[in-house]
Amino acid sequence: MPYSETHVDETKAFSDIGNWLVKFFEWFGNLALFCGRLIRSAVTPPYEIREFVHQFDELGSKSLPLVALAGAATGVVVTLSTRDSLIRFGAKSFLPAVVIFSIITESGPIITALVVSGRAAAGIGAELGAMKVTEQVDAMEVSAVNAYKFLVATRVLACMLMLPLLTLVADFFGILMGWVANTAAQPISLQLFLHAGFKNVTFNDFLPPTLKTIVFGLLIGVVSCFQGMNARGGTQGVERAATNSVVLASLFIILADVMLVRLILVFFS
Amino acid sequence: MPSKDADADPKKGTPPVQVKSLSKSFGKQVVLKGISLEVGQGETLSVLGRSGTGKSVLLKLIIGLHKPDSGSIRVNGEDVTKLTLKELNEVRKKVGFLFQQAALYDSLTIEENVSFPLRRHSNLSDEESRKRVRELLASVGMEEDAHKLPGELSGGMQKRVGLARALALEPEILLFDEPTAGLDPITAAEIDDLILRLQKERHMTSVVVTHDIHSARAVSDRVALMRDGQLLIEGTFEDLKKSHDPFVMQFLDGS
Repeated sequence: MPYSETHVDETKAFSDIGNWLVKFFEWFGNLALFCGRLIRSAVTPPYEIREFVHQFDELGSKSLPLVALAGAATGVVVTLSTRDSLIRFGAKSFLPAVVIFSIITESGPIITALVVSGRAAAGIGAELGAMKVTEQVDAMEVSAVNAYKFLVATRVLACMLMLPLLTLVADFFGILMGWVANTAAQPISLQLFLHAGFKNVTFNDFLPPTLKTIVFGLLIGVVSCFQGMNARGGTQGVERAATNSVVLASLFIILADVMLVRLILVFFS
Repeated sequence: MPSKDADADPKKGTPPVQVKSLSKSFGKQVVLKGISLEVGQGETLSVLGRSGTGKSVLLKLIIGLHKPDSGSIRVNGEDVTKLTLKELNEVRKKVGFLFQQAALYDSLTIEENVSFPLRRHSNLSDEESRKRVRELLASVGMEEDAHKLPGELSGGMQKRVGLARALALEPEILLFDEPTAGLDPITAAEIDDLILRLQKERHMTSVVVTHDIHSARAVSDRVALMRDGQLLIEGTFEDLKKSHDPFVMQFLDGS
């Protein structure tokens, strides 16, 4: 009966979309519950200061070389690409300003966030995921230690506070390598480069974009911890947690950046 | 048969573990259907059953890792289903839990694993705490490996360390989740001996969840056999032997 067959297919298609929507909202609901639990455990004493310091150190030392390298590469790329256009428009003297401005307002923060999301989000997602599926998280709870406080709050906070610092590193290497790339094409002293570059830069150009990485850090921490703590199903679950942490953290960072750039323009320009 | 004074223990007050008409489902899957059981002071109860009959879930409900759909669970007289996390943690400090795969923190050394609960919940100085950890590791025969990571140990050794960690806060109640699963018969017997010895030394109340009938026979005063989320029969091994239920007979034949 062809009629009934198509009928069945349509119902199935609708129920598929329905299921997908339910899952979608369920996911956000769970994320909201997770955040609630996280905030509750983060603000109530006792504070896991030792573990926080450990996580802060771990995150910083592991991400630092990558962030420095990514920042340096960004500096070179920005310089090379802008240099060409500026020469074409006869505005070559603006090069240092354009490079520095571009790095501190946008490239530095976003590159840092994306590199850290690749490095740290995967690490946190996999680590917590493995702890979850091997019952280490349960073991912690059973030892009367709040796993949300010990494992999640410390990591989220470490991400939030470490990102602005790493951004400074990326900015530093970006600007330095921007100068090197520029000098390779046409020698200019570092002093002159910096002087020309920072002449019109105000604190309002520098501070809000650097501090917005706190939000990126929050996203990286929350998303990867959420994925890790909800991992189930052995090694596959760990793999899913790690992959989803990176994918979702990067996606949310880019989406949040759209809003943050707009907000910063409204409030600080 | 271990001869322990469980039967002759009409100690006053409530039994340390009391479970009443406990039900739990995960989604559409019903795991426990109205389980009731009691474990007396100093007694060891083994909960037997095939894999996947909700035995581990029962233990996790007792320690408050899951919330039941209905029913009550009293540990030392406190209904763990109704406690706040803070109150629950006070109860948890009195309970040791040995996980199926030991669940040692794999970024910490053996020593740090055992000292983890101590560092948090006791006022011992560093020196005292180290001494205590050494004693605990010695009591499970693992003092040689204090500086290794869990990944460098075999399954049986990990279980020993897990046991030492569970004992760190000197619990009154011990919960064992498949203490002998995945171990060869000799190692399993060693773990059983260890459990027996610790019980004798410390007079703890224990619940052992297992599908290993040898192990249950070795360590327990009383057994409860579970099937399809319900208690099929409960009593001493002798009581079970008298049963004519085909499932009980089949299960005992495995011994």
